[in-house]
Amino acid sequence: MSTAPNRTGAVADGGPGRAPARAARPAPTPARRALRRARTWLPGLLLVSPSILLIGVFVYGMIGWNTNLALSDKHAPIQEGEFVGLANFIALWQEARWPAAVGNAVVFTVVFVGGALFLGWLLGLLLDKGIRGEPVFRTLFLAPMAVSFIATGVVWRWLMNPAPAERATGLNALFVRFNLDFLVNDWWTAPDFGMAAMALPAIWQLAGYIMALFLAGFRGVPEELREAARVDGCSEWGVYRHVVMPQLRPVLLSAVIILGHMSLKVFDLIIAIAGQQIIADVPAVYMWAMVFEVRDPAKGATIASYLLFAVALFVIPYLVWTVRKERSEGR
Amino acid sequence: MRARRWSVAAGALGLVLVASGCGGGGGGGGDNAQVEVFSWWTGGGEEAGLNALIERFETDNPEIGFVNAAVAGGSGSNAQAVLEGRLQSQDPPDSFQGHAGAELQDYIEAGYLSPLDDFFTEQGLHEALPDQLVEQITYDGSVYSVPVNIHRSNVMWYNPSVLEEAGIDAPPETPEDLVAALETVAEETDAIPMAVGAQWTVDHLLESVLLGSLGTDAYNALWEPGADWDTPEVTEALTTFEQIMEHTQEESAAEDWQEAARRVADGEAAFNIMGDWAAGYFDELGAVAGEDYDWAASPGTEGTYMWLSDSFTLPVGAPNEEAALTWLELVGSQEGQDIFNPLKGSIPAREDADPANYADSPYLESALAEWQAGPQLAGSFWHGVTVGNRWKNDVDTAVGLYLGDGDLEALQDALVTAARAE
Repeated sequence: MSTAPNRTGAVADGGPGRAPARAARPAPTPARRALRRARTWLPGLLLVSPSILLIGVFVYGMIGWNTNLALSDKHAPIQEGEFVGLANFIALWQEARWPAAVGNAVVFTVVFVGGALFLGWLLGLLLDKGIRGEPVFRTLFLAPMAVSFIATGVVWRWLMNPAPAERATGLNALFVRFNLDFLVNDWWTAPDFGMAAMALPAIWQLAGYIMALFLAGFRGVPEELREAARVDGCSEWGVYRHVVMPQLRPVLLSAVIILGHMSLKVFDLIIAIAGQQIIADVPAVYMWAMVFEVRDPAKGATIASYLLFAVALFVIPYLVWTVRKERSEGR
Repeated sequence: MRARRWSVAAGALGLVLVASGCGGGGGGGGDNAQVEVFSWWTGGGEEAGLNALIERFETDNPEIGFVNAAVAGGSGSNAQAVLEGRLQSQDPPDSFQGHAGAELQDYIEAGYLSPLDDFFTEQGLHEALPDQLVEQITYDGSVYSVPVNIHRSNVMWYNPSVLEEAGIDAPPETPEDLVAALETVAEETDAIPMAVGAQWTVDHLLESVLLGSLGTDAYNALWEPGADWDTPEVTEALTTFEQIMEHTQEESAAEDWQEAARRVADGEAAFNIMGDWAAGYFDELGAVAGEDYDWAASPGTEGTYMWLSDSFTLPVGAPNEEAALTWLELVGSQEGQDIFNPLKGSIPAREDADPANYADSPYLESALAEWQAGPQLAGSFWHGVTVGNRWKNDVDTAVGLYLGDGDLEALQDALVTAARAE
């Protein structure tokens, strides 16, 4: 690492044109050499140090503070809080609400990530096949990205009204209108897999973005590769299956991470559709209730730690993978 | 070039400092030339009532500027989050709104509130307010807030034509009668027997059923620390609660109290148990009392007022304490309460209000008459009178889990545990 910047530093310092003049100079003293070397890394360090400092305090410092709080028994704002180890982390699993909230988050994540990936991939594939008016469709599918989860939630709250056929509104009314009464359902208020319905608005909102990612991926595969496969007698589906898709793994991974971390932290969509109700409880809503309503800092911090941990499960493998890949490519 | 860039940076920094300086010093003063009052009254009758009070305050006290620090949203929960931050950073407003009773307990224990015993004596509030009310807002021998209004939680709203269609002559008077009436409505009409809304409205229903089934004293005793919920009487009350819940509409989780109340006024539902703020909502809908809707105390609670109350406090370290006391004087006075309450759609906490001010609303007129007749008082748990936030949240969670799995035994177990934890 240290040699490369040094070399460029020397070049910037003397300039190639003056190299002969420098050879005539006496050898630099160690102090001078250190100073010259500092010139290569010091300005860079000074430039990034404010952000290192800010991130250090406001991200990592806060994470440390939060962890400290989660390991204490500060269950009211006025308490001092003694160290209690992992007691809070264990206690959460012994109550009824937390496992239910985790279960809801898992169902939501599976349906949301799976649904958005599949729909985004499908739309990307269709657009890649050169459909007419592609720019129009592209814009149309991307448009939901511009809407906030709150607005999406309010609209889908109306659409997904769980009223039975005789009082149906929203999508249920549409089903009744077309004599599809068997489709009338409870949506997100169904006790077991209601969260699957809760994922629909999220899929609607993010599928267009995933489509854009995949479309860029598809377009990034050189035409020559496809041609070569076709010449070898590969069917059009085979071209995608064996030539294009394997090269989309990085896109897929980014998409999973973006969707996954959004899904684990979901809060606004749930609040807009269901408000604070156990039937649609997720860890982020539970955390909010603990911090701002019950005013239990330790419990709120414990839930926050679990959330951070869950997001890290998604993000850290990605970082490891990226670093490894960059190394193997000699970057 | 470089010099100019630096000056731009310095200017930007200066602006940031000025902006943050303004943000931090908003409550400033300290010379009683202003009073900052914090509330979540930002819409409808609440805002109209507050504005009328402010107008009166400014007329009476031209030397004090009024700063209305209301925070909108979430029926107070957003405001409470903001308030929590201000109290913790020792930047309290001069006075803030809070539900009277145990909801203020956390603030009192944290030492955020000044006791108002001397103020109560000076203003004669001990005489003006019902004894039982003062008793129920007293914490460790002191009072910490001035109640400005009273809402009633245990009101049963019903649609007279639906009852007539079902052949029910009079609104049910006991929880058992109510269950029977709900069955009749289900058999005889297409209407929803009992309309409820999202989870919190079920909490609200539960407290009325507990009160009606157990009686006032036993209900009040339930909320004493360490109370025993593991009794056959509670089991019986919860069984009644379950029978009532069987007659609610399937889509209730997707509705709030307004939709549930509207169903009664529109004849889509027969009954709804909701606080008396529903009366103001019925007026907004243009529904006619006695025709489109009518009311009675929720079954088994006749003669008992399950109350909740908005009140104002004096935080420790209020920058303008004198001015804050002037504000509290107005909200505690007969005049102030008679200005505020007809607009807000509630009745005064004081017993000496002038009924003439409430004659426009048939509901308020009858409610005030009942209040002044000296009913028994029970505190609403859901609206923060009898329990602090933790216990309230535990009950809410237990009810939410019950709505999901319908396990009544687990509900009672969770309620028993919640009471023991206190």
